[in-house]
Amino acid sequence: MPSGAPSTDLWPRLEPLLPQVQKPARYIGCEDGMQTPEHGSDKTSWLFTYPDTYEIGLPNAGLQILYEIINERPDAAAERSYAPWVDMEELLRREGLPLFSVDTHKPAAEFDVVAFNLSAELTYTNLVNCIDLAGVPIHSARRADADPLIAVGGHCTYNPEPIADFVDLVVLGDGEEVIGDITDLVGEWKRNGKNAGTREGLLRELSKIEGVYVPSMYEVEYDGEFLAAVTPRYPDVPEKVEKRTVTDLADWPYPKQQLVPMTEVVHDRLAVEVFRGCTRGCRFCQAGMITRPVRERPAEQVSRMISEGLQRTGYDEVSLTSLSTADFSGIEKVVADTVSNQGVGQVSVALPSLRVDAFTVGIAAELQRARRTGLTFAPEAGSWRMRQVINKLIRDEDLYGAVESAYSQGWRRMKLYFLTGLPTETDEDTLGIAELGRNCVELGKKYNSSASVTVSVGGFVPKPQTPFQWFGQNTEEELRRKVELLKNDLRGTKGVQLKWHDTRASLAEGITSRGDRRLGAVIEYVWRHGGTFQEWSEHFSIDLWLEALAANGLDVDWYVYRHRTEDEVLPWDHLSAGLHKDFLWQDWRDALEELGLEDCRWTPCYDCGACTGYGIEHVVASATPPAGGSQGTGVDLSAGGAVPVTLQTTKPIGVGG
Amino acid sequence: MRLRIAFSKHGKIRFTSHRDVARIWERALRRTNLPVAYSEGFTPRPKLSFGLALSTGHESEGEYLDVDLDPEQGADVDLAGLTTHLSAHLPVGMTATGVVVVDRRMPSLQQAVTSCTWQIDVCGVDESTVQAAIGAALAAEELMITRERKGKEVTDDIRPLVFDLAVDQPIEQGVRLITELGTQPRAVRVTELLSALDPPLAEPLLNEPRVLRVHQWITTDDGQRHDPMNVAAAASAPAGVA
Repeated sequence: MPSGAPSTDLWPRLEPLLPQVQKPARYIGCEDGMQTPEHGSDKTSWLFTYPDTYEIGLPNAGLQILYEIINERPDAAAERSYAPWVDMEELLRREGLPLFSVDTHKPAAEFDVVAFNLSAELTYTNLVNCIDLAGVPIHSARRADADPLIAVGGHCTYNPEPIADFVDLVVLGDGEEVIGDITDLVGEWKRNGKNAGTREGLLRELSKIEGVYVPSMYEVEYDGEFLAAVTPRYPDVPEKVEKRTVTDLADWPYPKQQLVPMTEVVHDRLAVEVFRGCTRGCRFCQAGMITRPVRERPAEQVSRMISEGLQRTGYDEVSLTSLSTADFSGIEKVVADTVSNQGVGQVSVALPSLRVDAFTVGIAAELQRARRTGLTFAPEAGSWRMRQVINKLIRDEDLYGAVESAYSQGWRRMKLYFLTGLPTETDEDTLGIAELGRNCVELGKKYNSSASVTVSVGGFVPKPQTPFQWFGQNTEEELRRKVELLKNDLRGTKGVQLKWHDTRASLAEGITSRGDRRLGAVIEYVWRHGGTFQEWSEHFSIDLWLEALAANGLDVDWYVYRHRTEDEVLPWDHLSAGLHKDFLWQDWRDALEELGLEDCRWTPCYDCGACTGYGIEHVVASATPPAGGSQGTGVDLSAGGAVPVTLQTTKPIGVGG
Repeated sequence: MRLRIAFSKHGKIRFTSHRDVARIWERALRRTNLPVAYSEGFTPRPKLSFGLALSTGHESEGEYLDVDLDPEQGADVDLAGLTTHLSAHLPVGMTATGVVVVDRRMPSLQQAVTSCTWQIDVCGVDESTVQAAIGAALAAEELMITRERKGKEVTDDIRPLVFDLAVDQPIEQGVRLITELGTQPRAVRVTELLSALDPPLAEPLLNEPRVLRVHQWITTDDGQRHDPMNVAAAASAPAGVA
């Protein structure tokens, strides 16, 4: 597409298709907050794409933030796209129409950069499908100079090797600043005419930006089936790519104009990010490891974003988002201010990620003054022993305290989230999940005879850049056996409803999460055999994934089930979330010893690397943790006082074994 | 106090569903700071009542909703300029076209509306075919359709509810029809009418007709047709007009 070409509006050709598809409002745009940017040969254009349906992709905060930041630049323009559902895709291909933006219905290939958010590995085949539907060659090596650059960001990019063949550049970490650096370079290249033979040079320049990884600039060597090394092809390309981190959220009060969709989406409410990063140190949690350090948004900015956002959008519900919202220093005040703000009418507050040890009667009482929202607690494991292994240091009593707080304030049902298949897990640990569920219902019956809990169980998938990255995932059969164990134990138990994640989907996620570049052929195989929308049970097929591995001579055991050793080169070793590999290894050994590790935001640093490596610090408004519960110490702190440092990790123990 | 609001729906936004439109209104009313009354209970909802659902994809010049205002604060609402104010908070393609005060004892829109006038642009057929199909339909004693109801196929005669049906004027690449279809005891859908014609005009799918609801009507016992806003005006005094 010549860069000076006028913008194409596909709407007249799309409009006749919409009466024939399910949920046509997915494709119309029209959101409050939508921008209709002007394109031009001197403007760098971005198409921010979520590789799943509109309902799932629209609320994605990362894409909305970048969409606004780019559109605020006079020399750039941004629009959005989402994966068309299978019925729409069929019509598009039949009519010879490409992937398009929902803002001005412009063909994807007319953008300079098509950037995808990757939040889940099972969307990888949709990524490939969207590139293909855009009319762009799926392999980066086959792309011409004038083809759009395919970029990816989001949590999955901490191991982008399985999709390395398909993408031109990968962004690690916070996007707010790095997006500007990329725009500068791409803009210069565009204004110079995107001349033949200059794409490689541009990519090489991009690879020097902190937080940008260009897979094609690296050579991958194998030693037998093992990875030997991933090394830069040029001396000026960094050996190790560090993530990008914004130091202060107060500088980035985005989204300022959250998009309000005209049709229902998964999180149909105002969302205000109260902090980024988490140092609770749960060892299974990739998000907590890769987003450090903790950076709180000032409470007054949070309150302002809530009241202005509610007035602007007309929403009657606000979600305070973070990885553990009850840990926010200003939580009680912000919740109280919001529910008592008469200016915005009846408002309910959702706290989507709650640690039980910080959920108090006070918060429960404030929340229920408006409408009651669903409550989900995540004890993650059924026994104290297991929770020490995963470093989720909450006692049974903390859970019971939180649950009783909620029941006493009028809630009648809540959801408890658990993982199974964790390192060292015994059947006793697994059955502890059922026991906790039963005990919670008993507590609830003191307040309401119809009290109930939903116990939701997911199979654990080890993730890159975490202490559990060396752990061999439980086999699919083993995960299924554990689910059966719980089903049998809870049979006939009134008030406890058991739900479980498809264990076959956990296996497919395992294949993609810690794979190397050889997985690219597997993803391509699944896509070529119709395997899109793998997050959707009606489209998911484990047989297709296993067939694809076999067709490429790869082994599920080797990629998923085996434990990895300390000296093994991991596919993501040349990418850094700031965490020292020896810190992660030590934390893995501590896990096996059932040793906990303190939350460092209120206690001395143990040098994981996330702050010291980048010369940044936690931004926390309070020097002491919020009141109540055990605050991750396993010790009852409800009487007040500082957090005792009793669970600091021991000195290094012998490795191996 | 109860307000009846008239609005139109055109363009891209026509692909939103009836449920979507209800949510769009809830948000718009909150942004307008209108003191809407809420239901009691664990999950209080704003007291809004919508008229006949408009099928997803159809446009309209005559949509209505009734809004109950808080009895204490509702009396202070300034109706002058409210339509402009509301339209500013509605998405592109939706416009508030009028506001009146109605008596709360009046039957709901769902109960009161007796028929709708539709404009239907059918593409890919010539006028003589359409004229023949219409003539046959109007001359027929019954027009049978089959539809699914609670998982079972039922057949209905829609002829008694086809009050009027005629070719309006030729348009580019097709024919424009005007029809008035009854809504009691059940609203006949435009697609049901088109599929009951011989030959059916609802196929092929690629030439989906463009449909516009032009009017909704309330027929009173004396046989007079009224616009839902006019009936409201007549039954309530003093009437507020935006």
